[in-house]
Amino acid sequence: MSVEVRNITKKFGSFVALENINLTAPDGDLVALLGPSGSGKTTLLRIIAGLESFESVSGADILFRGVSVVGDRLSERRVGFVFQHYALFRRHTVYGNIAFGLKVRRGKERLSSRAIRERVMKLIHLVQLDGLELRYPDQLSGGQRQRVALARALAIEPQFLLLDEPFGALDSRVRQNLRRWLRRMHDEIKLTSIFVTHDQEEALELADRIVVMNKGRVEQEGTPTEVFHNPKNEFVMDFLGNVNLFHGRIESGRVFLEQSGIIANVDDRKRFFVRPHEIELVPDNIDNAGLPAKIKRVQLAGAIVKVELTSIENNEIFVEMSHEKYAVHKFQNGDSVFVVPKNSIVFPEDYSI
Amino acid sequence: MTSKIAPVILILLTFFYLGLFLVLPLAAIFVEAFRKGFAVYLNSFNDEYAWSAIRLTLLTAGIAVPLNVIFGVVAAWCITKFEFWGKNILITLIDLPFAVSPVIAGLVFVLIFGRQTFFGEWLLAHNIKIIFATPGLVLATIFVTFPFVVRELIPLMQEQGVLEEEAAVMLGAGGWDIFWRVTFPNIKWGLLYGVILCNARAMGEFGAVSVVSGHIRGETNTIPLYIQTVYDGYAAGASAFAMATLLAALALITLIIKSIIEWKEKRRER
Repeated sequence: MSVEVRNITKKFGSFVALENINLTAPDGDLVALLGPSGSGKTTLLRIIAGLESFESVSGADILFRGVSVVGDRLSERRVGFVFQHYALFRRHTVYGNIAFGLKVRRGKERLSSRAIRERVMKLIHLVQLDGLELRYPDQLSGGQRQRVALARALAIEPQFLLLDEPFGALDSRVRQNLRRWLRRMHDEIKLTSIFVTHDQEEALELADRIVVMNKGRVEQEGTPTEVFHNPKNEFVMDFLGNVNLFHGRIESGRVFLEQSGIIANVDDRKRFFVRPHEIELVPDNIDNAGLPAKIKRVQLAGAIVKVELTSIENNEIFVEMSHEKYAVHKFQNGDSVFVVPKNSIVFPEDYSI
Repeated sequence: MTSKIAPVILILLTFFYLGLFLVLPLAAIFVEAFRKGFAVYLNSFNDEYAWSAIRLTLLTAGIAVPLNVIFGVVAAWCITKFEFWGKNILITLIDLPFAVSPVIAGLVFVLIFGRQTFFGEWLLAHNIKIIFATPGLVLATIFVTFPFVVRELIPLMQEQGVLEEEAAVMLGAGGWDIFWRVTFPNIKWGLLYGVILCNARAMGEFGAVSVVSGHIRGETNTIPLYIQTVYDGYAAGASAFAMATLLAALALITLIIKSIIEWKEKRRER
């Protein structure tokens, strides 16, 4: 089931939390709303759920499978919502929490208690909580609570699933496991899902599509590959991973980085954005394309080698390379080297980080 | 060394203070009540007016407490779960009975429903008695005990927030299910605590009730008023103290229930 948001604006007093948001979550996709805190992503999620109102400007609408749901009662929307801190019913057991949505059904929709039991036990098995059904939320670990919240949302057979910072409150190990588990489960049940996160790694790893938000606006929308490799602006570039900023100019198709002593024509001056893994370090300045810098710290522990440098202008530069590549020169702290960007992105100058 | 002596002194001082001002008077009531023997004590209740006072007290509390419980839950629910205009005014008003002297509270009802007023004339013409009758006692008691339940619930419900209720809404629950399955289980101990405090005050209230009662023996005397009448009047002594033991016992039972609730809450939180 596809979800569509059209022209949504939200104000809290004079503060504009969301400004004319348009986005679509295609059927069966796992979509990430990615942005720093205060970017409006949780507000947007709550508006889609129906927990929050929005400004009634013309054209403002929320559609499920092409049909507007704005007038619908919340209970009729059948949206599965997983809250940031789970919001489990503390006086109900795991079983009671998951069964809740089925027990409050009235009339024709009501299931027999045996049918409820069957479905709840199936969900408990799905989220790997077998044997814990009589525990109370405060007797569970964070990861277990998260899975109860998920099972509870799935119990009502929602049309789609909304998750607010689903892994925010967990430690990194549990988070990684749960992330992969959620991705697998999504691949199995193919439920359209939208989740909010401020963690770009989480979004890149988990999502089919990423919506990058900032200050109540959508900066870019696309697949993880698109937003990572073709960022539309400096904000997206910066938010999706570490990035180095250089000033310089382009002369007959070649990049010349600015260094102290060489003052370029101001009109030609451009800002170059370079990811840490797209920089090479060389001992000699062949072709004059490099920028002199001093090595401040080399971190060898990990899958890749991370090198921190300072330029002559005292700017920090981050470089990442494989252990094989590092083995060629084996730079040490204090070594003077030259920084050569292999790939850089230039944005129009109307924007700043 | 001093750090060990100081706490001991302070603790002893506290116990002495409590003993002098709280335990001693309470003990005195029982001592006085039983001074002439258990038979005399029992005989004090062998009095039509005494029984009438007990019945009236139970009736008054029986009406005032449930009404304040219903209002208290509704008001606390509104105040903590919704945003609306005039919320702060409502919160301030709820505290009014705590701020106003009970005598003034009683007087207000006399002024509203008394004979001299427009209301009073209308009531008189329709043969409805409020002042110097049971309805007046109930009204005064409701006024005085009004804040107990709400005051107990608001901080509790504020702390719990609205997340569980929102989760229930998303799962398709209506207002009724949300209250009984989510909100009520979360507040039930706090509510019970508020109820027993409200009840203790409702049964023991003297000031406001005294003003609207008129002290008509066998008709408008609640237990506290009866005690005063008896003590001031002809059969002073044991009889007044015997009735006072009832209120004292009520206080002790209230404290015991309160302790049990607190103990249960603590155990649950562990």
